[in-house]
Amino acid sequence: MEITEIYNKLKDKFGDSVKDLIISPPSDAFIAIASDKLFDICLELRDNPEFDFDYLMCISAVDFSENLEVVYHIYSMNKKHKVILKVSVPKENPVVPSIERIWRSADWHEREAYDLLGVVFEGHHNLIRILLPYDWEGHPLRKDYKEPETYHGMKVPY
Amino acid sequence: MTTRKFIDIDFSRIESDRMRLNVGPQHPSTHGVLRLEVELDGEVVTDVIPHIGYLHRCFEKIAENVTYPQVIPYVDRMDYVSSMNNELPYVMAVEKLMGIKVPDKVEYIRVIMSELNRIANHQIAIATFGLDAGAFTPFLYLFRDREYILWIFEKASGARLLFNYFWIGGLANDVYPTFKEDVLNIVKQVRKTNQEIERLLIYNKIFIDRTANVGILPADVAINYACSGPVLRGSGVQFDLRKNEPYSIYDRFDFEIPVGKGEVGTVGDSWDRNIVRMREIEQSCRIIEQAVEQMPNEGDVQQAIPKKVRPPKGEIYFRCENPKGELGFYIISDGKDKPYRVKARAPSFVNLSVLPEISRGYLFADLIVILGSIDIVLGEVDR
Amino acid sequence: MGLLDRLDNPYEAGGIILGTIEDVLNWGRSRSDWYLHFGLACCAIEFMAMNASHFDFMRFGIIPRATPRQADFIMITGTVTLKMAERIKVLWEQMAEPKYCISVGSCANCGGPYWQYGYHVLKGVDRIIPVHVYVPGCPPRPEAMEEGMMKLQKLIDQQAIFRKRQRLAEEEALKEK
Repeated sequence: MEITEIYNKLKDKFGDSVKDLIISPPSDAFIAIASDKLFDICLELRDNPEFDFDYLMCISAVDFSENLEVVYHIYSMNKKHKVILKVSVPKENPVVPSIERIWRSADWHEREAYDLLGVVFEGHHNLIRILLPYDWEGHPLRKDYKEPETYHGMKVPY
Repeated sequence: MTTRKFIDIDFSRIESDRMRLNVGPQHPSTHGVLRLEVELDGEVVTDVIPHIGYLHRCFEKIAENVTYPQVIPYVDRMDYVSSMNNELPYVMAVEKLMGIKVPDKVEYIRVIMSELNRIANHQIAIATFGLDAGAFTPFLYLFRDREYILWIFEKASGARLLFNYFWIGGLANDVYPTFKEDVLNIVKQVRKTNQEIERLLIYNKIFIDRTANVGILPADVAINYACSGPVLRGSGVQFDLRKNEPYSIYDRFDFEIPVGKGEVGTVGDSWDRNIVRMREIEQSCRIIEQAVEQMPNEGDVQQAIPKKVRPPKGEIYFRCENPKGELGFYIISDGKDKPYRVKARAPSFVNLSVLPEISRGYLFADLIVILGSIDIVLGEVDR
Repeated sequence: MGLLDRLDNPYEAGGIILGTIEDVLNWGRSRSDWYLHFGLACCAIEFMAMNASHFDFMRFGIIPRATPRQADFIMITGTVTLKMAERIKVLWEQMAEPKYCISVGSCANCGGPYWQYGYHVLKGVDRIIPVHVYVPGCPPRPEAMEEGMMKLQKLIDQQAIFRKRQRLAEEEALKEK
């Protein structure tokens, strides 16, 4: 199934929560959606046999100066098609619904996005830091991050 | 909770206190610096909590601060036992973004190098898996052979482990004159050792007892956890990006996708994951032989290298079949000479997340075997 | 080879060597070093290769130990991150005296390629524990690691056991470094 077809079907069902379809080669085409309906849309993508998306490849969070974007790359093992979803949330209150209950692989990806960029996934059962120590301060992949001078008495900069 | 078939005790009836045991980060069989918090009921594992991040080397932050070609050495250091395979998706993603078509000779050399490195990686995986199960000798045999493969890499690129050999649009330098003969000799040697290992380790009674029916991963769970590579194929799912989404020139070769069939136990157990690696070595040998035969001798490997690597605005997700599984790079370019964001979807990271699911209900000694069968590299888990 | 070199002709000289007890003890110590089996990153793969058939690290008389309490020296093979640094400190403190440390690879020496933007990398393991031998390279070849081992043997050979004043001076010098 092509991404335009997926887009039209989602648009029919969810209306304005599905925002735009952006196609600009050589970039991958993606669908921008509103964050509040993310969980329902993902559930539809997985459970509707027309879509049959069962394989969540990757969740990446990106820092654009005012917004944080979360990008979902989803694939279907049986139908061999893929879709890219994008959610944009304001930096002051970056809350995105967790889709960990739909695809289990989202668990660690979401924890990583929380750890490195500070995106809060609502409904995640165990949203704690995964890569950095539990008492680390700040989210290093944000563009305005400054590395600490010391950590537990050890000098951090060279 | 699943219990082992051949132990005739129902563990759930025994009343005892749960014990929490800390394994790692310094532990000989955690393959590096993984730390596992294990909850034990007697000797039976009831829960595993992996704590990772002891080798978090800030790859993604560094990638935002250096230019596109300068990222390649850091990509090498992610999965340090299969560096050539790591470079491939990164350089191909940037090439696709910039619209570069590389010469045929480069593609062939890339495929040969990647497949050689896949063999080297699987040899380490099988060797350390044997070590985890208590077999030391196969380790020595396999490391002897791996050394021959490293010699080829060293002759071609100048480095033994971390190569910086694939460049955006080409290669660092051409291969040396006797490259083809060397590669064919290696293939012969690898096949010979494979037969030895099959007799010595794979069909060894003790090894089968340790690994068959241990850590069973059903296919639907594997897909839901987005496992890839031998972990997914061990569960009987015929999925290989080289075949299903052919990149580079993999559509020109004739090879098969080995899957786990439950030959000595259940489909998706630790033995199956290991045998998939064994069979993949054979398939890689086949690809290498075909590639060597088809590879053109003439051609400039640096002719398509751009003077300035500055991709247009845009973003791309490109994935390749790493020996460990699907390695994907999500690159966002804002039109400058440094990437705006590079996210690496590391196969070991995703494969490791399935460990708690498949190790519940087994003995503690089996946990080490299960961990060995997933074949993780901590550099890639933590990046 | 230190002690045995003094024997010009072992068959005709009657097998007698003149030397101090210190020499004999050092000779014994430097030829049976046990190391802590411990790998961190890329260098650990080269370290494994060194333990395997082609390079055969065990001909130096060393044996890998899984616990720090039985180890004579530790090889820091790879990148030390801040999360790991405290564990390494604990491991080092658990080892019994006399103990030695070999820092293998650029990352352990000075932060390596991660020195500038690596917010989570400790720039040099010598910031937390004393280092006796540095092996450069990214990663060093197995031969380089073996040379590092030989350098450590030489260092042990020259150490003072009974001459306490000299030993204390040596320790002072090490601390200053």
